[in-house]
Amino acid sequence: MSDEPVLKQTPLFHEHEKLGAKMTEFGGWNMPVYYSSIVDEHHAVRNQVGMFDISHMGQIEVSGLAAKDWLNRILSNNVDRLAIGQGQYTFLLNDRGGVIDDLIAYRRRDNQFFLVVNAAKIEEDFAWMQKSLSGGVTLLNCSSLFAAIAVQGPRSAELMADFGELPTRNHIRDLKIAEYSTMIARTGYTGEDGFELFFPGGLAPFIWNRLLDLGKPLGVRPCGLGSRDTLRIEACYPLNGSDLSQDRTPLEAGLASFVDLEKGEFIGREALCAQKKASVRQRLSALKATEKSPPFRPHYPLFVSGERIGELTSGTQSPTLGVGIGLGYLDAAFAQPGQKVEIEIRGRKYAANVEKKPLYKKSI
Amino acid sequence: MQIPDDLKYTESHEWIRPDGEIGTVGITDFAQDSLGDIVFLELPEAGTSFQQGETTGVVESVKTVSDILAPVSGEVIEVNSGLETSPQSVNKDPYGSGWLFRIRLANSDEIASLLSSSDYRAKVEK
Repeated sequence: MSDEPVLKQTPLFHEHEKLGAKMTEFGGWNMPVYYSSIVDEHHAVRNQVGMFDISHMGQIEVSGLAAKDWLNRILSNNVDRLAIGQGQYTFLLNDRGGVIDDLIAYRRRDNQFFLVVNAAKIEEDFAWMQKSLSGGVTLLNCSSLFAAIAVQGPRSAELMADFGELPTRNHIRDLKIAEYSTMIARTGYTGEDGFELFFPGGLAPFIWNRLLDLGKPLGVRPCGLGSRDTLRIEACYPLNGSDLSQDRTPLEAGLASFVDLEKGEFIGREALCAQKKASVRQRLSALKATEKSPPFRPHYPLFVSGERIGELTSGTQSPTLGVGIGLGYLDAAFAQPGQKVEIEIRGRKYAANVEKKPLYKKSI
Repeated sequence: MQIPDDLKYTESHEWIRPDGEIGTVGITDFAQDSLGDIVFLELPEAGTSFQQGETTGVVESVKTVSDILAPVSGEVIEVNSGLETSPQSVNKDPYGSGWLFRIRLANSDEIASLLSSSDYRAKVEK
């Protein structure tokens, strides 16, 4: 017997096995890292369409007469701005303005919200919310009931067209797949047009295979967490636990547009106001190699004129750009696009540039 | 899983094709398959000598970094320069165009200490 902890499996585990997926541990879950090739799966999402099992992610339902006001006290963005059926990216912050989790909050009804949170943070988020709970709010952790699939890529809307009138960007709709009700959001983590589908776990194999069949003429490919990571780094979407943490604020991460300091009191607001006044010390920046180099990896140190000015929190070899790319916190003075830096890899320094985010933007 | 009979193997998934006092070295089909898409290699320079088991370079896939260990002691006499522009050859043809370097054996007795194809197969198919 091994001493390794037992990994959780999604309802799609057997489908992954049938497809010959290479599996890896992620956030306590046994997940596909790739089926055939990270690079091929990456290109499928950039050029056609790819499908990801995202059943590991968590879902928390918040309802009750006080739900909206309570969410506005524990989340950084302003849920008042959400129409019914609309979603927004937002943060659950600690008292110091540090990020407990980044999530999407959808308004399902006037006083009913659906939160989609990171797999590794489900219990922590839920415990934090319960601790901050006040009257008139009902919290339900429905993570174990839901499976989820992300359909991402320029041809994703074609694949989904069968299911009815699709939601617009950042919106969510109830649509039927065969006779089954699903929630379909137009969101994603790849920098492409795409959808995230939420439905009861028991339907997962049926829906997964249905999508694979429908997508066949479009060149659909099942995609693992490997390409999910290369895609999101190119799009400069942060990963909690790597680019975000309880010791980093959304202001340092360059995500101030998802924080509404004017909406009234919320957890972390005071710390963020103070940080804004004092200006941030470091900023999450996008980096790109300007010479041939090994792939960038988390924790590689960054230098300007021989002085250490930060380190990478994410890194990879960009399949789209063909060079090393990454995200890292740099001292604010150097966190400007065009700034030349050096990245140290196994004792050798390679030239890189601070780039404007995102590193990849889809051409329409 | 290809494991050619005429090669010798290491526990760390390198292969060597001995030919007199020269051996051609690469990583196995199992190794390239475990690593996934190979995007970068750091190979030793010709003229460098290594002890058996010493790190000679690294192979990097999109997801991970792995050391390349010397299957035998000796001096590197030639490096596969084609890999500089097409590291993916190691994925496509690990025993052919994806070879890494040639080494002049310092002690040909070391070959006998390596795994045979059947030993190696038993190890990776365990």
